[in-house]
Amino acid sequence: MIRVVLPEHLRTLANVDHEVKLEVADPVTQRSILDALEAAYPMLRGTVRDHETLKRRPLVRFFACEDDVSHDPPDAPLPEAIASGTEPFFIIGAIAGG
Amino acid sequence: MTAIRVLVGTKKGAFILTSDGKRDHWSVAGPHFAGWEIYHVKGSPVDPDRIYASQTSSWFGQVIQRSSDGGRTWEQPGSTPGSAREGSGTTEPGADAGNGGFPKGESNKFAYDTSPGSGKPLTTHQWYDGTQHPWEFARVWHLEPSLADPDTVYAGVEDAALFRSTDGGKSWHELAGLRGHESGPGWQPGAGGMCLHTILLDPVDPERMFIAISAAGTFRSDDAGRTWRPVNRGLNSQFMPDPTAEVGHCVHRIAFHPSRPNVLFMQKHWDIMRSDDAGESWHEVSGDLPSDFGFPIDVHAHEPETIYVVPIKSDSEHYPPEGKLRVYRSRTGGNEWEALTNGLPQQDCYVNILRDAMAVDSLDPCGIYFGTTGGQVYASADGGDRWKPIVRDLPGVLSVEVQVVP
Repeated sequence: MIRVVLPEHLRTLANVDHEVKLEVADPVTQRSILDALEAAYPMLRGTVRDHETLKRRPLVRFFACEDDVSHDPPDAPLPEAIASGTEPFFIIGAIAGG
Repeated sequence: MTAIRVLVGTKKGAFILTSDGKRDHWSVAGPHFAGWEIYHVKGSPVDPDRIYASQTSSWFGQVIQRSSDGGRTWEQPGSTPGSAREGSGTTEPGADAGNGGFPKGESNKFAYDTSPGSGKPLTTHQWYDGTQHPWEFARVWHLEPSLADPDTVYAGVEDAALFRSTDGGKSWHELAGLRGHESGPGWQPGAGGMCLHTILLDPVDPERMFIAISAAGTFRSDDAGRTWRPVNRGLNSQFMPDPTAEVGHCVHRIAFHPSRPNVLFMQKHWDIMRSDDAGESWHEVSGDLPSDFGFPIDVHAHEPETIYVVPIKSDSEHYPPEGKLRVYRSRTGGNEWEALTNGLPQQDCYVNILRDAMAVDSLDPCGIYFGTTGGQVYASADGGDRWKPIVRDLPGVLSVEVQVVP
């Protein structure tokens, strides 16, 4: 199971706790995780990435194993620790705006 | 027993203020959607317990919320948290139809119509530097529920366009004839963005609607939103290359009395304007106001010639002249104005009142309400003669609506 940590506002929208668990087929990538997340929690569509272009929203960041992978290609495989569920995939609201 | 419900959108959540018909004592519920900007909250005139809210965030985009119990509980139409996973059973995107087969997660989707049949889809408008810029959805500024059907609601959005939902907010479709107007490439954003902020539905002629855009102007449809034309003749805006051009005016707000929808009142960037022919022509009625810059304008519920504005010092100093918060009332449809000050701060007051932050109730005497960027909501239960704050320390107020609940 893939573990995903959502920012507080999105946890409220999805009515979930700190972390959600998702079944994601290989290869585990940003795109496959977000596809699974939005399928399981459709109210999150458009909040992490654009509805139509599927581009990451500008003030949302992705972290994997303490690395900022926000600018990595969406189809790049994520580290094994994410794929195995050892480490969670973090979706974070950027610290911006005061 | 009659109750009053004031729906307040703020920079950090929504609040619902309730009172009985006396309007003396108020209770405050909220924040709903804490931490999010709530641009507008408005109830259906057909079913007052059906309320729509525009929840937005620079981080996480647009969310539409709906209540069916007067604001006690809320849901994203078509994607309630409790049922989100029902009918899914797969992680394949697009395969998670539920709610009778309706695709979930569409309630937040405002996609500009680019279909060839929708009237020459426009892809760009004028940017601040005069170049053309792609149309980009930012947020819903205003929600206007239908006068006849609680499941039908209109949304005015930034970048300026008009959307409609006929399924209670589950899905939205652009009325592309507005953006398809030939003047569209010349529309440009005001300081607050290029927003469609006002939607007036004519209660006499169901085919007629008015909308206003900053900074394009006022438009009218006579065929239920299919086609539109600008109605700005008589407006004069000195900041424009052609001050009397048909399109390009920074209209801040328009209002009418429901019994007389051909008589329109406008708070423009500068100037209070009036039209007696459904927008075909306008004339200035600023009269003896201390400043004719401002944002909201509204009409008394029972006196169609009584109107209210809140003058602001200037477009570069968004606070009341002399630090005195004064609502101005005209009982003559403009030109002659009286300052209403009883109960309002008359020194050191430097708040602003935004365009959607004033409302009137339908009781007799008429109640007037407005919210400030300082977080106060003021109310008058006697048409404006006396005021008091009904809540003082909310986040900055973006919008105020009022409902009379039987």
